[in-house]
Amino acid sequence: MALALHTFATVKEANAALKSRGSRYLGGGTLVVRAANEGDVSVSSLIRSTEPSLSSIAVTDSKVRIGASVTMAAIARHPDLSFLTKAASAVGGPAVRNMATVGGNLFAPAPYGDFAVALLALDATVGTDDGETPIETFLAGRDTNRAIVTSVAFALPKADGFRFLKVSRVKPKGVSVLSIAAVLELAGDGAVSSARIALGCMADRPMRAKAAEKALIGKSLTKDGIAPALAAGNEGTSPITDPIASAWYRNEVLPVHLGRLLLT
Amino acid sequence: MAKVPVQFTLNGSEKAEFIDSGTTLLHALRDKIGDTSPKGGCHQGTCGACSVIIDGELRLSCLTLAETCNGAVITTTSGLSEGGVLHPLQHAFLDTFATQCGFCTPGMIMAAKVLLDHKPNPSRDEVVEALSGNICRCTGYEPIIQAVLHAARANSQNAA
Ligand SMILES: Cc1cc2nc3c(=O)[nH]c(=O)nc-3n(C[C@H](O)[C@H](O)[C@H](O)COP(=O)(O)OP(=O)(O)OC[C@H]3O[C@@H](n4cnc5c(N)ncnc54)[C@H](O)[C@@H]3O)c2cc1C
Ligand code: FES
Ligand code: FES
Repeated sequence: MALALHTFATVKEANAALKSRGSRYLGGGTLVVRAANEGDVSVSSLIRSTEPSLSSIAVTDSKVRIGASVTMAAIARHPDLSFLTKAASAVGGPAVRNMATVGGNLFAPAPYGDFAVALLALDATVGTDDGETPIETFLAGRDTNRAIVTSVAFALPKADGFRFLKVSRVKPKGVSVLSIAAVLELAGDGAVSSARIALGCMADRPMRAKAAEKALIGKSLTKDGIAPALAAGNEGTSPITDPIASAWYRNEVLPVHLGRLLLT
Repeated sequence: MAKVPVQFTLNGSEKAEFIDSGTTLLHALRDKIGDTSPKGGCHQGTCGACSVIIDGELRLSCLTLAETCNGAVITTTSGLSEGGVLHPLQHAFLDTFATQCGFCTPGMIMAAKVLLDHKPNPSRDEVVEALSGNICRCTGYEPIIQAVLHAARANSQNAA
């Protein structure tokens, strides 16, 4: 394995180095070093930056900014991000969580990317040196992305407004059958006034369940109220088939788990 | 390929080596430094046999590049016994038959050690969670869980 690591103090220098052929950014390495160990020769040099802002978390009254090098373990134990503990703890076992970064999770192909599902529901923006991109646009174009992700940012959801669920066969850790995240706001009468629902493993990357979101508006979170949303949950999905589950199975069980998430 | 220097503290002693850039910590520890306690099971992050403790955190040495550990403090299972006296976790693994072929044992002990360092009296669920990234193909896990709970009990009795 001929792999060279180049470390730069600033993102700017690292971005310049990433322009050379065969170079790839190194986050926590849980996917990219694994690929190298498995014999992926498309990567000949790994680039990383140690700029401190990449590793910082900032939470204000209304906004959260998480540096791209922040690990799942750091998010899970952050006192102001307790609503994200479940999503961050859903990524791998303890050692993986001490290494896996937010930046890397944005690029993780299904069945991975559980944390990116949470970020999609939170309507995050993805920051690079060139500015901020809405996460949906970012995910759609991620295969050709060459710029280092520096951070993700999103508005703090209202108390109890964020829900997350991961279904796996091996407990407590295990690869996703699917994962679902939702940000819901309720009006005074208990009817849903806004909904953003994101799905993992229901396509090659995290996707929105837009038809289900629409079908929830004005409904109460009861068995009858959510029925139209569950019926619309599979619209636009094209799940992966892997050793964990087939595409057919994922589509079959999605409404069940979406129902559980909405009724909790 | 040009060699790069790495320097870190391994089980209390300073190590300095020249390695090929891109070498994993697992490879550096086993084949350069000669500490064969971390095992290479899968090289994919899946089995946990290569687990080591870096600056107090459990990490997979098969997915960590040695160069990223410059200046770090690394603990492996070979550094746990003191003056020929086994660590309480090592004792507990023997006492509860938590080790059969032994291949997973050093990784299991590393995962258990970080748990007990942070939580001296863990619940059974916390033990299961802490070991969830480590695979054992022999014991069926129950003796390992018992070993960690035993070691925790032994620690708290010593402290009392
Ligand atoms: C045993 C095991 C279990 C796992 N379980 C899960 C799981 O349950 N859920 C889950 O979601 N994932 C899981 N993963 C996958 C992976 O650990 C996570 O998705 C993790 O967040 C990836 O982050 P990383 O920092 O390790 O990425 P890396 O391996 O460092 O990078 C992955 C890709 O992203 C690119 N990249 C990384 N950071 C940046 C950046 N800042 N800017 C631009 N490009 C970047 C890299 O160039 C590379 O192409 C698992 C992995 C293993 C080995
Ligand atoms: S060898 Fe590192 S996890 Fe299996
Ligand atoms: S004792 Fe053999 S793998 Fe665990």
